[in-house]
Amino acid sequence: MIHTENLTKKFGDRTAVEALTLDVREGEVFGFLGPNGAGKTTTVRMLTTLIGPTAGTATVNNYRVGRDDIAIRRCVGILTETPGMYDRLSAEKNLTIFARLYEVADVKGQVEKYLRLLGLWDRRTDLVGNFSKGMKQKLAICRALLHEPAVVFLDEPTAGLDPEAARLVRDFIEEIKAQGRTIFLCTHNLDEADRLCDRIGVMKQRLITVDTPTNLRQRLYGRKVVFHLRVADDALLTRVRALPFIKDAQRVDNKLVVGLDDPETHNPILVRLLVEAGADIQFVGELRHSLEDVYLSLIGTGVSTD
Amino acid sequence: MPKIWTIIDKEWAEVFKNRLVLFTVVFMPILFTALPLIMIGIGGAQADLGGDATDIPPQFLEMCGDLTGTACFTLMMVNQFLLLFMMLPLMIPVTIAAYSIVGEKTTRCLEPLLATPITTAELLIGKSLAALIPGVLATWLSFGVFAVIAYMLVQSPELLRRILDPMWITAIVFVGPLLALAGINVTLMVSSRVSDPRVAEQVSMMLVLPLLGVFFAQIVGVLLVNAQVMQLAAVILLAIDAGLVSLGVRVFQRETILTKWK
Repeated sequence: MIHTENLTKKFGDRTAVEALTLDVREGEVFGFLGPNGAGKTTTVRMLTTLIGPTAGTATVNNYRVGRDDIAIRRCVGILTETPGMYDRLSAEKNLTIFARLYEVADVKGQVEKYLRLLGLWDRRTDLVGNFSKGMKQKLAICRALLHEPAVVFLDEPTAGLDPEAARLVRDFIEEIKAQGRTIFLCTHNLDEADRLCDRIGVMKQRLITVDTPTNLRQRLYGRKVVFHLRVADDALLTRVRALPFIKDAQRVDNKLVVGLDDPETHNPILVRLLVEAGADIQFVGELRHSLEDVYLSLIGTGVSTD
Repeated sequence: MPKIWTIIDKEWAEVFKNRLVLFTVVFMPILFTALPLIMIGIGGAQADLGGDATDIPPQFLEMCGDLTGTACFTLMMVNQFLLLFMMLPLMIPVTIAAYSIVGEKTTRCLEPLLATPITTAELLIGKSLAALIPGVLATWLSFGVFAVIAYMLVQSPELLRRILDPMWITAIVFVGPLLALAGINVTLMVSSRVSDPRVAEQVSMMLVLPLLGVFFAQIVGVLLVNAQVMQLAAVILLAIDAGLVSLGVRVFQRETILTKWK
């Protein structure tokens, strides 16, 4: 759905995006992570034809950036960093203007549909200047979807929202994902990325890595299983470490933390061993590193895990 | 074309909620209509001015021909204020254009707007027309009101003929709007190059200066605004406008605006 090949953007001597080569599949939610100034917004602006690349090529929905710009703008929706609504106009008027500019056939119908979907129908005649930040953000999401785009670019969709509004926006993103749209999500909210994204790209001027959140964790930290025992001692730890498939094992209080390549196969063997050794197992669970750990590790080293 | 009308609709819906713009659109035409009418009224009431033509520049006296001294003096004063009339289609559109751009900047609406399938030319034409139409309509309406009241106030048919001279009709109908178009294009061009769009308004309003120069030059008798001067102004402005419109589309860089506006 989105393909870039060595996409580069320079502002004078400063390189904002360097040789970005990326494939985003149809229907997936692709998370684009990176620190401030990493080039995320510049990439979105290039892919939505707002600014032109300095070098490289990009296609969106099989249309080429720089050649088919108007066609690209017809099939993409964008939620910019700031909502950018006309404060002196009503919510309905704001959406009507954009629906006309996006050449929507049933302007009234589409405006009503999205105002109702995001719970703004009763406030449709109110001036946007009187809206809360969350309401403006919801209205901006309506605007991004009015023309039913195949690809939706969302730049920090929940930034600055209260938890309730953020939850509503996230639920809505899941809804539009279920409709089969491709979503390109720039976010600093790693929990949000973890929950919503099928794959994640980590960016810092250049692309550091791309993978699913689960694979990224595995590649960086491997898979670890925690055995909560009534009593754990070093003798148990020694017996566990003696098994050939154990990558590493540690005792933390009455817990054994064991690194495994294939927990689905090796957990039953480990459980049997521990029971035979007289251990009382209370719980068994997988230790999940947060996406934040993964992200900070990647950004800190700047080295690809590929 | 539908997108141009959408931009015009959007601009008018937004900009006319700004009190300063409303003030400019309503108050300035009233003021500029009243001033020459007051001069006519004063001229009519002071018939004893007749014969004393010492304050009138010689070349203007020549232009007055058979008019009495009072009528000639009235004509000279009205002519000077009619020059101010020509500033209307410049002042109103530049104020509207500048405020529409300030609005885009402060609310950061330009990025989503540029992300729609609208071309730069459609956007610029829409913005230009949204600024131009109210200014030109307000000027034409004011001039119409001025003409009707002048017709009722002026007893001398010869003076009326000279006040509602084809030169002034040309000036109001053609030169004013051409001047306005130049002002709007300068506003749009400058605003795409500076970080504070209010600078654009100030720079564009400098276009009033040559007009003020003509106004004062006529008062002191250095220059006489006649049909030739007006025709020359129209031709020069037409050429300037053609160049500015073409330059405006090239200079209005989406990228510059998006990356430099803070």
